[in-house]
Amino acid sequence: METTKSKFSAKSIKSFLGNNAIIILLVIISIGVGIARPAFFSWDNFVNLMKNTSIRYIIALGISGCLITTGNDLSAGRTVGFAACIAAILLQRGDYASRFYPNLPELPLFVVLLIVVAVCAVIGLANGLVVSYLKVQPFIATLGMQTIVYGICLVYTGAVPIGGLRSDFTNLATGGLFGGQFSYIFLFAIVVCAFMWFLYNKTRHGKYMYAIGGNEVAAEVAGVNVPKTKIKIYMLASSLFAVAGFLMAAKSGGASVNTAQGYELDAIAACTIGGVSTTGGIGKVSGIFVGVLVFELLKIAMQFMGIETSYTYIVQGLVIIVAVAMDIRKYLAKK
Amino acid sequence: MSDTASTVQTAPKVETKSDKKSEYRLEMSGVVKTFPGVRALDGAQLKLRPGTVHALMGENGAGKSTLMKCMFGIYKMDEGEIFYEGEKVDIQNPMDALNRGIAMVHQELQPIPARSIGENIYLGRYPLKKLGLISTIDHAKMYENTKALLEKVHMNFNPRQKVGTLSTSQMQLVEIAKAVSADCKVLILDEPTSSLTANEVDALFRIVEELKAQGVSIVYISHKMDEILRISDEVTIMRDGKYIGTWESKDLTTDSIITKMVGRELTNLYPPRSNTLGEVVLEVKDFTSIHPRSFRNCSFNLRKGEILGVGGLVGAQRTELMEGIFGLRAHTSGTVTYKGQEIKITRPQDAIRKSIALLTEDRRATGILGVLSVADNISVASLDKYVDAGIVLNDKKIENLVQENKEKMAIKTPSSKTAIRSLSGGNQQKVLIARWLANDPDVLILDEPTRGIDVGAKYEIYCIIADLAKQGKSIIMISSEMGELIGMSDRIMVMCDGRVTGFVDGKEATQENIMAYATQFE
Repeated sequence: METTKSKFSAKSIKSFLGNNAIIILLVIISIGVGIARPAFFSWDNFVNLMKNTSIRYIIALGISGCLITTGNDLSAGRTVGFAACIAAILLQRGDYASRFYPNLPELPLFVVLLIVVAVCAVIGLANGLVVSYLKVQPFIATLGMQTIVYGICLVYTGAVPIGGLRSDFTNLATGGLFGGQFSYIFLFAIVVCAFMWFLYNKTRHGKYMYAIGGNEVAAEVAGVNVPKTKIKIYMLASSLFAVAGFLMAAKSGGASVNTAQGYELDAIAACTIGGVSTTGGIGKVSGIFVGVLVFELLKIAMQFMGIETSYTYIVQGLVIIVAVAMDIRKYLAKK
Repeated sequence: MSDTASTVQTAPKVETKSDKKSEYRLEMSGVVKTFPGVRALDGAQLKLRPGTVHALMGENGAGKSTLMKCMFGIYKMDEGEIFYEGEKVDIQNPMDALNRGIAMVHQELQPIPARSIGENIYLGRYPLKKLGLISTIDHAKMYENTKALLEKVHMNFNPRQKVGTLSTSQMQLVEIAKAVSADCKVLILDEPTSSLTANEVDALFRIVEELKAQGVSIVYISHKMDEILRISDEVTIMRDGKYIGTWESKDLTTDSIITKMVGRELTNLYPPRSNTLGEVVLEVKDFTSIHPRSFRNCSFNLRKGEILGVGGLVGAQRTELMEGIFGLRAHTSGTVTYKGQEIKITRPQDAIRKSIALLTEDRRATGILGVLSVADNISVASLDKYVDAGIVLNDKKIENLVQENKEKMAIKTPSSKTAIRSLSGGNQQKVLIARWLANDPDVLILDEPTRGIDVGAKYEIYCIIADLAKQGKSIIMISSEMGELIGMSDRIMVMCDGRVTGFVDGKEATQENIMAYATQFE
């Protein structure tokens, strides 16, 4: 009796370590870098990290729905970039010399946000329709869309970088609540996070999404409207990319056709690190946050340690593989 | 009798060897094969003479295919022995069987459609030629050989043609050509005519006759009585994994075969039924699939509180018919009338809205949402009921649903959050039944509701079904278990080859009269 009990607790410690390996890794990295470079624990660095994380988190949340239903959205990065360009174009200063639309009146921020979301939702609608009705594999469908969106963005902007943004717009990134300490970008991320948590856990749409990911045929038999749910998922994803693009333009004070290029891969990596199953049906809003945080923390930690950027890519790649390999082990053991 | 036979066999092996050589090409005896929970073969035997067609017959699950897989080296026997050309052999794997001259054409063909006929036939044993140091595939030789083989089966096709462009019967001939290419002495044909037209069957039989004349021993598995009586020389009948006997075909008739095939002892217990039948709830007329070989002109009705059993052999298209009615498969013609009103069902949601539920045959593939929780699995089809303020799901209501069903159906699960895949088959099935009952359906279609479930849980599921009928729900139960059909149904609809071939009253149902309808091929 005694031995079985102690064995059980040893086992449970092991499983705790296994299940939370990523968080533990996170803490170890932070402490290590913090000891070597005390500035790592500064408030400014924390705010900077959270700003990066917030935008990436919104993108990752968007893509998570696609991943949970065993789909994908490779057009994410380009959609973010396109949204950033539109937002920047519509929010240039009136006195800026090379204005895109010289006679454009000053639009309220939320109107521009709505325009950007509406435009990107159409991209998502197209993705959803192609995936649901033409039955093109999401990987391929959204790969095509990635190129299309890039092309549209090139045609629209003429490949000219857009600058001269209004100060009320850039203030979204530089300013914030509590005397500017709590960036508006955090606010966006928190609102999106709360919305997604509610959607995934408390609504029929969320349950249907997990059901499709768990077993698409069984979900259909159970009466789930699979095409409709998928279209909603892809539209929501693109809408969130629009929000992220809007914030990116504000944060970097401008946008170009290359803004956010390749961000879909970071987002997919963050989701998988955060426990979104590549075989579908599994994924939590909280886990995705951890995944994004690991990724951004890693980048900043390596910057602080003065590691050359070229090397950081190698480390990032390794982290993705190791994290997913550890995650899969959990399921393999259950077989 | 069998005891003495086996003792004799073990002692003077050398002598029996030469005896057998004169009479049998291949001899399997005392074959036992168990799978977890099932004794698939229990003392099966088969003796093949050279240059004969030997039919192997039995009901669904009699063990025919399992026995053949043992012969072909796909399964390893637990007990029993195989003598091949007078020598005791141990067939390791299909490649070993092929090398010895034993070939098999499977019921489910597994060609690679995008590759040519030649590549399919020589897959894994391509003729090679040396190109300097490296070996490459000798395509010229491969296609030349293929052409010769195709001529053997009277197929004048270009060996470079893609297999995907052939019809099912032509693919079958390619498979036979492949078997012949291995210079086989024993050829196993597992339900070769199930997808062939009458002309194609004639063509196949000519080839079988030719092979027979060349001295090949052919094992022929089929349910079609007239075919068996026409083509075979001998018939071996199996039941429940046991050897029943071997007879010369000329001494048999369709009726005598059926009598020998059935006659299983029905030992399972069934709950007493006290349901009363009401008015007609569902009426299906002339229901026909878009596929010519699937269900066609099917008509039946279902009354309130009735359990309608659906019997038939594997491949009778029972599942397809029910999935067609439920909107999972397309149909070209036919009507479904529900409570006096004609309804149009093109997708499952339409059926669910009309209070029809379908428990699918393959629980894993089309039933459970494996990684999701028991609560998610129970509630997924009825989520509309647990919504507050038009949008928020009320977790408490869902939890109540789980607890209620857990109690009512005795579902054994550690918690409502447990992933369904970690439950036993019987408990998974109960969760799925609960999923549908949450919608309060009037018509429940249960496709093999007790497949892969242990005996105790089976009885519990029978009780649930009987209880539902008593409550006035109408039930359609597809089952391949004779006992279950007879023990549970008020009426049994029997299908054969896509058609409804007859109805049997539950009280008058016997294995014989069901099997007679089930083998009424056109």
